[in-house]
Amino acid sequence: MKRDDSYQGVLSRRNEIMKASVGIDYSRYETGIIGFDYERLMRETGYDLATIAAIQHSHGVGNTPLKELANITALVRKVAAPGRGARLFIKDEAQNDSGSFKARRASIACHRAKALGFTGVIAATSGNYGAAVASQAAKYGLKCIVVQECYDSQGIGQPEIIEKARACEAYGAEVVQLSVGPELFYTFLSLLETTGYFNASLYTPFGVAGIETLGSELITDCLAQTGRLPDGVIVTNAGGGNLTGTARGILKTTDHVIPMIGASVNLKGLHMADDHDFNRKSFTTGHTGFGLPFMTNPDRSDVPRSAARPLRYIDRYVTVRQGEVFFITETLAALEGIERGPAGNISLAAAFSLAQELPADHILIVQETEYTGAGKHHQAQLAFARSRGIEIRFGDPVTEIAGQSIVLPADIGQIRAVDLDLETIRKSAIKNQIRNHAQITASDFAYLQAETKAPAAFVAASLGELNIQWEE
Amino acid sequence: MIAKGTWVQIHRIILPVGSRSESIPEHTQKVPFEMWDKGWLNAASELGSFVTVTTATGRTETGTLIAVHPSYHHDYGDFVPEILEIDRIVKSALYGDGQ
Repeated sequence: MKRDDSYQGVLSRRNEIMKASVGIDYSRYETGIIGFDYERLMRETGYDLATIAAIQHSHGVGNTPLKELANITALVRKVAAPGRGARLFIKDEAQNDSGSFKARRASIACHRAKALGFTGVIAATSGNYGAAVASQAAKYGLKCIVVQECYDSQGIGQPEIIEKARACEAYGAEVVQLSVGPELFYTFLSLLETTGYFNASLYTPFGVAGIETLGSELITDCLAQTGRLPDGVIVTNAGGGNLTGTARGILKTTDHVIPMIGASVNLKGLHMADDHDFNRKSFTTGHTGFGLPFMTNPDRSDVPRSAARPLRYIDRYVTVRQGEVFFITETLAALEGIERGPAGNISLAAAFSLAQELPADHILIVQETEYTGAGKHHQAQLAFARSRGIEIRFGDPVTEIAGQSIVLPADIGQIRAVDLDLETIRKSAIKNQIRNHAQITASDFAYLQAETKAPAAFVAASLGELNIQWEE
Repeated sequence: MIAKGTWVQIHRIILPVGSRSESIPEHTQKVPFEMWDKGWLNAASELGSFVTVTTATGRTETGTLIAVHPSYHHDYGDFVPEILEIDRIVKSALYGDGQ
């Protein structure tokens, strides 16, 4: 019988395509009614830290410099209360081959694909991960297809995404570009099925374990350079893998508790799958349109059980505005002589604000930068926004309306990270996990506690509000 | 006529209006789901005709031939004067006015 390659036909084979293309039988890790054994999944399908570091070091990844931002710290202290203004450090991840921390994920995904005997890899991404997979695939002699959501219905592409396509092609990959819409998943599954390539998903244990070295390095580097552990690590958050992997690496390197802070660009009001909204945003990742849904429902990703589970590790979650990120990106160039891409500086914008809360002898680490160039540069992205009718002006960034305006702070004191309520996010995550079940087991209860990094009383109260029964 | 073996870009509609996913916003429902890819032309063809190409990974893909030797045109965009003003704000805050 001929294979049904229609939209419905391909999607109905989703589970078998995934199983064949990732090499993991996720059903082995399911427990209780809603839970699964996350640590066992990571242990059995990932690699230990030393192995990951060895793989990465022989493939142009890792050991990036940790740089103190002395001038930006001095700027922070101009607006902080006396005695406040933590020392800011940045992990210059742009130094990885392909120019971002995503090389850490791609290196392990491609290593695994090669070890399993696959001849090629496929990744669905419009971001730096595409260039990272293409670069690593080149090193392993693997073929590579990158599937991008790139153009709106007018054929207008985000300059940042066009640049990513160029980078992927520079590394020899085939780039399949698509218009706006979640049906990207259909094309992605079709390509996996017809090529038999490895699914280099951002959300496999390999991809997330690859970031653990970043967390480990920043602890070791910070101790070596300052004799002190960081008092906080700020991570740009979208799909959650960056925060998850960094936190896991930190936990494997020190017994001390290091606060993990997530930061996303506030894109409230813009719909990610809307053809009209697509080119009205200036950030294609690191924003709340990914950050919130993936935090409250991590298994909405392209694998059955995502290895990126940020709510297990996050201590604080803040948002910043697009205008603040562009402002800090220019500040990094003007005061520190470091020109980097805007998306990597989301956490730096947040750090500028949060450092003001901490004593001057404390240390805050911004854990990434990304490469910059034509298309993915604040000049290019602001010019593109203006060409789409977005108003760009100086003022108080809280007045920015995503999709209508980009408000650059008129004064450095107006850069302010805004806290999101993690209790609400945790409750929403529990509700999503419960789906339509009326009762869960004791192991599910423990699973929900780990999933939300919350006390038993919080989980019990949340389940009570949903009228869910559980075994004691 | 464009010669066989020329590097080209193709375009194809994957899902026409009416057959898209039901759970997408209205603006997106009203437009087709489209694809662009690049490859070597499998047979001499005219611009605008429906062709078959061999992609960088050796796959066969079909679509309308829309560009020959497709190139990159993204750049740094038009001048944005506000960027100079950011420099002025942060330098005067750090080093004092007149810097």
